[in-house]
Amino acid sequence: MSEVLLVGIDCSECAERALDYAADWAAATQRQLVVAHVIQWSPFSFTTPQENEERHARREAELDRAHREVVDPVVNRLRELGLNVRGVIRHGHPAETLCDVAEEFGVTHIVVGKTGSSRIRAQLFGSVAHSLVQISKQPVTVVP
Amino acid sequence: MIYTKWGARLAPAIALLGLPLPAWAQDGIDQRIDQAVKPFADAVAGFIFSSFSVDGVQVPFVLVWLLCAAAIFTLYFKFINLRAFRHGFQLVRGDYNDPLAAGEVTHFQALATALSGTVGLGNIAGVAVAVSLGGPGATFWMILAGLLGMSSKFVECTLGVKYRNEYTDGTVSGGPMYYLSKGLAERSEKLRSLGKVLAVLFAIFCIGGSFGGGNMFQANQSFKQLVAVTGGDASWLADKGWLFGVVIATLVGLVIIGGIQGIARVTSKIVPLMGVLYVTAGLTVIGMHLADVPAAFASVVSGAFTTQGIAGGVVGVLIQGFKRAAFSNEAGIGSAAIAHSAVRTNRPVTEGFVALYEPFIDTVVVCTITALVIIVTGTWDPSVDPSQGVALTSEAFESTISWFPWVLTVAVLLFAFSTMISWSYYGLKAWTYLFGESMVTDAAYKILFLAFVVAGSSMQLGSVIDFSDAMIFAMAFPNVLGIYFLLPTVKRELDEYWADYKAGRLKKFGKAAHRH
Repeated sequence: MSEVLLVGIDCSECAERALDYAADWAAATQRQLVVAHVIQWSPFSFTTPQENEERHARREAELDRAHREVVDPVVNRLRELGLNVRGVIRHGHPAETLCDVAEEFGVTHIVVGKTGSSRIRAQLFGSVAHSLVQISKQPVTVVP
Repeated sequence: MIYTKWGARLAPAIALLGLPLPAWAQDGIDQRIDQAVKPFADAVAGFIFSSFSVDGVQVPFVLVWLLCAAAIFTLYFKFINLRAFRHGFQLVRGDYNDPLAAGEVTHFQALATALSGTVGLGNIAGVAVAVSLGGPGATFWMILAGLLGMSSKFVECTLGVKYRNEYTDGTVSGGPMYYLSKGLAERSEKLRSLGKVLAVLFAIFCIGGSFGGGNMFQANQSFKQLVAVTGGDASWLADKGWLFGVVIATLVGLVIIGGIQGIARVTSKIVPLMGVLYVTAGLTVIGMHLADVPAAFASVVSGAFTTQGIAGGVVGVLIQGFKRAAFSNEAGIGSAAIAHSAVRTNRPVTEGFVALYEPFIDTVVVCTITALVIIVTGTWDPSVDPSQGVALTSEAFESTISWFPWVLTVAVLLFAFSTMISWSYYGLKAWTYLFGESMVTDAAYKILFLAFVVAGSSMQLGSVIDFSDAMIFAMAFPNVLGIYFLLPTVKRELDEYWADYKAGRLKKFGKAAHRH
């Protein structure tokens, strides 16, 4: 069974480092790489009727933008380097959604970056890396 | 007929253009408008609330209309209000939410949005009036009406989703205007023009309701509570209704014209919080009078059938309970169908199941808590003036939690604000249905809406408010009449879906897939 790596990215610098790390690893071990971007969203948020009316259109726009600006450039760049790469974009809670994607694609290892925020900030606001480590069923590598 | 209606609607708005005026002149205008509109408003309100006499009690026809509909829907769909209750919860919880559709409007969001339009002054002020005039027994009938109303919401919200318009830009519009016109035309060619007429009537009444009960009434009542809590007639605010109106209109304007969704988003998060706070406070008060609770329940049940000292006997009690339930949960009125129709689903009937929770939460839970608080604290007073409902509830809470009137004031303001935002949307949908969608028609409606906010809080326009209250109930006539024709359509949808559900053919996702 071939092993699959999952890397979660956003637009930040730390995601860039996580991506480089995961790409090097995937290249060195000939693994498939899934590049996932999660758009923060909750099915239980409270919305106005106006927002609901436009939600579908807005979702399309969000997906489109995520493809154009975040995921597609990365996927194309890595493919040119000869990697076996897939791009995935989902709406949801970042950590939970990364776990779901991992399940769906038979991922064996997850790589994410961390914002490098102070301990207090992480305690107060939580971080994706932190929750992911708690809930993931696969080993997680957090790239500083 | 339509022109005179518009005349009535526009008069206060035109008067408003004259603001700011010295106080004496403003008073004069209030009265002049009130007098000019009064005969017409009284006639319309009189017609819509026209009543017949049972046992010497005046029974408004529209109440009978709404209740018969709710009872017929409950029987026709074999107690859907009870049998789909559990499944509705699973849908709200998201057991059937496809992760690939994440990011779309969920059942939970559609329900929460619709609820923020209905939970409001009716739950706080209306219930106090019902218990005062009808005695504790009114609560019993209120709960019964709430349970039956669930079936009405089920039907209208299913239809709202089924016949909504989806535009090429991805936005959706739904509501009775669409299911009346499209649904009836689909049923039979002969019904096409009837559907069209009902849809137009509904839209006109809905616009009227959005200016009145969904706007002026809210502004007016929340201002009264604010004045009461800041010292009554001695309050600095007492004669500054116009200022309050301008502030609220500005905030509403920032949301609906300025597109400052931030304010709406903040409100939409605080309102549920206030709702939870209100329910918690209510339960606390009830808990502190725990010894009186069995007696309270006993009086609710016995009061429903016996009639000590209540005007009008059993029928009088029943009418009070039914009336407040209808005022509060709007089942059969059609407004909720507009809010629910934005959900993303290919099974319209699922939104119907979710909508069952609206009258349940609104009436069976929240209204009952208010009623119990008033009963256990012994605050109810048969001689109350129906316009002082908020004050009575406030007093009931105050007797146990002294600082609660302040919290209640904040809750009332926020409930009123979110109800206005919701109704501005309902009204706008009806408006664009009549006049088409364009920047100009949009702006015209929104400016009128804001003018009515100021009018509602600054003027003593008793007749105009009565008139627009009547408009909300008028919506029930075309809505329910059209729904009767569409019942077989809903039945077909329901039966197909229910068979799939029972046979386990519906796909569950996520954790729910492993849950039994």
